[in-house]
Amino acid sequence: MTGVPLSYIFRNLWVRKLTTALTAGGMALVVFVFAAVLMLASGLEKTLVETGSYDNVVVIRRSAQTEIQSGVAREQAALVAARGEIASAADGSAEVSKELLVLVVMPKRISNQPANVTIRGLSERGIALRPQVRITAGRMFRPGSAEVVAGSRVAKGFRGAGIGETLSLGGKTWTVVGTFDAAGSGFASELWGDVDQMMQAFRRSAYSSVIFRLADGADFEKLRGDLEDEQRLTVEAQRETLFYAKQSEMMSSFLSVLGTILSVIFSIGAIIGAMITMYAAVANRTNEIGTLRALGFRRRNILAAFLMESLLLSLLGGVLGLALASFLQFYTVSTMNWQTFSELAFTFSMNTRVVVEALLFALFMGLAGGFLPAIRAARLDIVEALRSV
Amino acid sequence: MGAFLFRLVLRNCLRHPLRTVLTVTGIIVAITAFGLLRTTVDAWYAGANASSASRLVVRNKNSLNFTLPLYYRDRIAQIEGVKSVSYADWFGGIYIVPKNFFPRFAVEPRSYFELYPEFVLSPDQMKAFLLDRRGAVIGRKTADKYGFKIGDQIPLIGDIFPGNWTFVVRGIYHGADSKTDESQMFMQWENLNETMKKLMPDHANEVGIFLVGLEHPEDAAMIAQQVDKTFANSRAETLTETEKAFQLSFVAMTEAILLVIQVVSFLIIVIIMAVMANTMAMTARERRGEYATLKAIGFNDRHVIALIAGESLLISLSAGALGTWLIYPVADWVGHRFGSIFPIFLVSAKTPWLAAAMALLIGVVAAVAPAWRAATLKVAEGFRGIG
Repeated sequence: MTGVPLSYIFRNLWVRKLTTALTAGGMALVVFVFAAVLMLASGLEKTLVETGSYDNVVVIRRSAQTEIQSGVAREQAALVAARGEIASAADGSAEVSKELLVLVVMPKRISNQPANVTIRGLSERGIALRPQVRITAGRMFRPGSAEVVAGSRVAKGFRGAGIGETLSLGGKTWTVVGTFDAAGSGFASELWGDVDQMMQAFRRSAYSSVIFRLADGADFEKLRGDLEDEQRLTVEAQRETLFYAKQSEMMSSFLSVLGTILSVIFSIGAIIGAMITMYAAVANRTNEIGTLRALGFRRRNILAAFLMESLLLSLLGGVLGLALASFLQFYTVSTMNWQTFSELAFTFSMNTRVVVEALLFALFMGLAGGFLPAIRAARLDIVEALRSV
Repeated sequence: MGAFLFRLVLRNCLRHPLRTVLTVTGIIVAITAFGLLRTTVDAWYAGANASSASRLVVRNKNSLNFTLPLYYRDRIAQIEGVKSVSYADWFGGIYIVPKNFFPRFAVEPRSYFELYPEFVLSPDQMKAFLLDRRGAVIGRKTADKYGFKIGDQIPLIGDIFPGNWTFVVRGIYHGADSKTDESQMFMQWENLNETMKKLMPDHANEVGIFLVGLEHPEDAAMIAQQVDKTFANSRAETLTETEKAFQLSFVAMTEAILLVIQVVSFLIIVIIMAVMANTMAMTARERRGEYATLKAIGFNDRHVIALIAGESLLISLSAGALGTWLIYPVADWVGHRFGSIFPIFLVSAKTPWLAAAMALLIGVVAAVAPAWRAATLKVAEGFRGIG
C-alpha cells in the first residue's frame, strides 16, 4: 500500500488559501530574519578573511590588540624590516611596508553624521602586499605628496572622499586622486596615503605596524619566536589572516548571540502557528481521515500525510523567506567595529550554507509544529472519525 | 445583552483549549521579546540619557584617537562660565583575558569626582584613593562580578599604555541612581603620566579628553564654541560638545545594528499577528453555521462582530498583559547575564505601554478579516455547509 497521494496534500493547502498564506507568511518572516543574521555573519567573515593573506605577517606592539593601539618605534621597525625571511620583489627590494594607522572623524554623505574612518599610510611596497586591491578610477597616490586614494566604500559613504575632492585632516589638505576596489575586503573602508606624509601631518614618531610577505610561509613560527625573543624589540607577529579574524571577534560573537536568541524566540512563534494550523486541519478533516482509514490507509500513512503537509507548508515559508532575504544582498551594512573603533562596511552575503541552513531551519519548524497534530490524526479511531460531522 | 455576549465570548475562548493556550503562549513570547528588544535599544542610549547637560567634553578634532596637551586645562579654565575642568584618558587594558571587559579610565581624581557627583564614594575611601598613586576606584557592579574588595590588587596588561600594571582597590563607588553606570574603573592619571615620561616622552603630558563643568547649562553651546575658537589653528584643534552629544556620537556609529534590532522588534509583532489572524480566521470559519444561526434568530451584524472581536481581544490582551509582566524578570536576568555589554539594562516607563499597545493591535488586526466575513455572511449561505 502506497501512502496518501501528494496531490491530496497539495489540495488541502490550496483549499484554505488564507490560512496557508498566513502560516507560510509567518514562517517566511522567521526564515527571513534567520537568513539575514546568517548572511550578515557570513558577509562579515568574508570581508575579514579576504582582508588578510596567509603569507603576510603583521607586526604590532606587544599586547596591543589593534593596529590603532600599536606603536612601533622607527628603530624597531627597521630591525623588523631587515629580517632575512622577508620575500623580495622582482626589483630586489624587500616586500615590506611600514605603516601608520590613524582614526579620523569624517561626516557621512547621507546623514552628515560623524564616524571614525581609518587612514593608512603605507610604504611604497605596501600596495603590492595587497594584491586584491585595484585602482578603479583615477590613479595611485604619488609617494611624497599629499595625495590619498579612497576605498570604494569610503569614497561612496563619506563627504570629501570622492575622486577629485579634498579632505582637511591633521592640519593638511589632501587630494583624493583615485578610488580603489578591495574585492570585498576591509580595505574598502580605508583611505590610503604616503606613510611619511601622514606621520608628519599627524605628528607621529612611531609606526603602527610593519607588514611583510614571507618568502617561505613555513618560516612563520620560527620568525615569531625570534622576534619575541629579540631584546631590542617589544613586538609580536601574527599571520595577517588570523590578525583580521581577531579584529572582529566581538562583532561576530555579538551577531551570533543576537542571531541565536532571535531565532529561538521567533521559531517558537512560528512553531505555534504551524501547530495551530495543523491541529485545525486535523479537526476539520476528522471525517476525511476516517474515510481514508476505511479505504485502507494505515495509521502511519495518515501520520506521514499530515507531517508532509506541515513540512510542505514550512518549505513554502522557507523558500519565500529566502527569496525575500536574497534582496538584502544589494544592501551594505556600515557600522563601527568595536575592537578597532573604526567604520567597517560589509554586505549581506548569501551562499549555499546559508540557503541550506535556512531551509533546514524552516523544515525543523514544520516538523516541530506538525508532529503532535499528525500523531493525533493517526490515532483517531476509524468509527468515531467517520461518525463525526 | 452585553453580559450575555461576554459569556459567549468566554465560552468560545475555551472551546479549543489547546488552540487558545498555544495562541496565548505565542503572544506572550512575542510581547516579552518585543519589550526585551526595546530595552536593548534603550540600553544603547543609556549613556546618553545619564549624561548631564552641564558638562562639556573637549576632544581632539581629528578623532578620539588623538590626544590634547595637558596645558589646555588652564586655558579652558579661564573661559568665563567654566566652573571646573577635569581630564581623563581611556586606559583600555586587559584583565587576564580580553573578555573581562569593563571600562577603565585614568583620571585626575579630585576634579573628576567633583564633576561627577553621580559616582558616590565615601570620604575616607576617596582619601585613601588620593593618597595612593597606584590606587583605583571601581564600580559596585564590577566589584561584585569579579569579587574585588578594598585592598585587592588588580593586574592589567596595558594595550594602549604598554606594560604590566597593578592597581590597588582603594574605593568602591556606587551610583546615585539606577541610571548610573556602576561598572567603571578609575585610576590616577598622574601615575600613568610618570611612566609615559620614562617610556614614551612624546606621549607624556597628553590627555584624551577634557571634561568641563559649566556654571549655567544654558551657556553650553556658547562656551563650546569659545573653547574651539581658543585652540583653532593650534597644533591640536579641539571639538567641544555636550556630554550627551558626545555619547550619542558613539551610538550613531553603531546605528546600523540599532536599526536592525528596531526593525526586528516590529517584525516579531507582525509574525505573531499572522499567527493570531490565522487562529481567528480558522475559528470563524468553523463557526460559520453558528453565526448564521445567531443571525437567523435575530442577532444583528454588530453582535456577530462583537463576538469575534471580543474573542480576539480577550486572547490578545490577556496574553499581552502576561507578556508585559514577564518583561521585568526577563530583563533583570538579561541585565545580570550581559552586564559587561550593557551596564544599564532597565525597562523604561514607555516600554510596557508600547507592549500593551502592540497586544491591542494584534487583537484588532486578527479580528478584522473574520469579523468582516461573518458580518457580510448571508444566512442561507452560512447554513449551506451544515449537513
